[in-house]
Amino acid sequence: MTRLDRNETLIRIALLAVAFSAVSVLLLITAFIFGEGTPIMFKYGLRRFLLNLDWFPTEQSFGLFPMIVGSLFVTLGALAIGVPFGLAGAVFLTEFSSQRLRRVLKPVIELLAGIPSVVYGFIGVVVLVPFIRETFGGPGLSVLAAAIILGIMILPTIISISIDSLEAVPRSYREGSIALGATRWQTTRMVMIPAARSGIIASVILGMGRAIGETMAVIMIAGNAAAVPKSLLDPVRTLTSNIALEMGYASGEHREALFATGVILFVIIMILNTIANLTSMKRKS
Amino acid sequence: MRNEKLLASKWVPGAFLALFFLFFPVGCSRNPSQRGLVVAGSTSIQPFADHWAEIYMREHPGRIVNVQGGGSSAGIQAAREGAADIGMSSRELRDEEKELFEVVVAWDGLAVIVHPENPVSDLSLDLVRNIFAGNIRSWKSLGGGEREIHVVTREEGSGTRSAFQEMVMKKERIFKGAIVQDSNGTVREIVANDPSSIGYISYGLVNESVKALRLDGVEPSYDHIIEKTYQLVRPFLFVTRGEPKPEAIDFINFVLSRKAQEMVRHDGLIPAFRE
Repeated sequence: MTRLDRNETLIRIALLAVAFSAVSVLLLITAFIFGEGTPIMFKYGLRRFLLNLDWFPTEQSFGLFPMIVGSLFVTLGALAIGVPFGLAGAVFLTEFSSQRLRRVLKPVIELLAGIPSVVYGFIGVVVLVPFIRETFGGPGLSVLAAAIILGIMILPTIISISIDSLEAVPRSYREGSIALGATRWQTTRMVMIPAARSGIIASVILGMGRAIGETMAVIMIAGNAAAVPKSLLDPVRTLTSNIALEMGYASGEHREALFATGVILFVIIMILNTIANLTSMKRKS
Repeated sequence: MRNEKLLASKWVPGAFLALFFLFFPVGCSRNPSQRGLVVAGSTSIQPFADHWAEIYMREHPGRIVNVQGGGSSAGIQAAREGAADIGMSSRELRDEEKELFEVVVAWDGLAVIVHPENPVSDLSLDLVRNIFAGNIRSWKSLGGGEREIHVVTREEGSGTRSAFQEMVMKKERIFKGAIVQDSNGTVREIVANDPSSIGYISYGLVNESVKALRLDGVEPSYDHIIEKTYQLVRPFLFVTRGEPKPEAIDFINFVLSRKAQEMVRHDGLIPAFRE
């Protein structure tokens, strides 16, 4: 083997090790969370975690049901707000706006992604929460407040990825449609969006991932009551905020129950991602 | 080609090991004298402990006192395991924790607070318990107008919450629909902005943005806490595993000195020797 060959091999191995270090971090995190969280779940039984309504971790009552429901409500609410606005924004910027406007607006929207979540939370507390309290009643710290703020937070993800996928649709599709006499809106609705569908779904998945994982802003504006919300104006606690809120103080089984919360969050995210991936694959074929 | 692959499979574990040893030793080896005296625990005591440590270190150059938060339970745990030299607890020790050595460094009142515009300013402890248990859901029967009560509490594990649980709630549970916040400051912030809310915070942190309720007719005030007529008083404890070590004793003595206790009083707490 020549020296050059050996160098080549060395570099390859070095790069391989670095690449694997990222994967191994993921593996370590997974192993750690499951290692810390599953023993207590087996000790008390899964049912006690998933279906119980009472979260009193210092009294051996580990009902995560309100938090599971809370995470789903808040995430669905965020999507209900973020997806229509995001998609409309992307369609406008690719199909209806001038080049110059797009060149200004797109970076500005992407800038939204760079704002730290604590700032969103702060704005939520100072502006949105009092507004909801005075207009609709209730404590203001609510599902609605969290859904609106998260809806705004996922906009840049949805808009920029949707724009990329709309732009990736071959020019001939659009030109063909217009040549057949379709209006711009008909072209958008019946040709462009269906053609870009897998990218748009991917943007929604990523947005959903951000919404379900967001913690800081949610703690500040959701009220964190460990009960199933009865209306949009009730406070709610998500799985992530349950962990962050109590981690600092927890010890013993309480701490293990918080890791169990992490396990459940992990599983939920895996399920959602798998469903989303399957649907987008099905649509593609 | 095949040869190359074989080589790689030999090398990969070695590369991993090398990486491992490269990163492993960092952060594991610091000797105890360098890390100073570690004081950890209750976030309610932390600001005061920071203040004590600052003055103490100024007066004793070369000594290092390292104050950390984490919460009462974590502080007690750290003291038990020896991770901290002194643990701080803002609740009484539970029976299974009684083996620890404890010193009261100050007393703190718990104030039940409402919005300044709330016409209610006096409640019995019984009513407070029923409000936090979720049995009373409207201000109407309490003379506070036709509004739903928004209960604000602290998170599970907080020393302030356990003190409130022990002194007010007794066997009752705080109801699940209560808003949960993770600091005295955010509880005060919410109560200051929401006219229908009620919460509890450390007496030392009450300011003009909220109204502290009289309980059974007794106003939470410095004098009433000293006289023990105001009921909701909890100790701020320093705990150690067994006899504290000399540096810890020195710091505890400083905290109990007239000067440091004067600071306690100035910061809105009640000195350790309240008699």
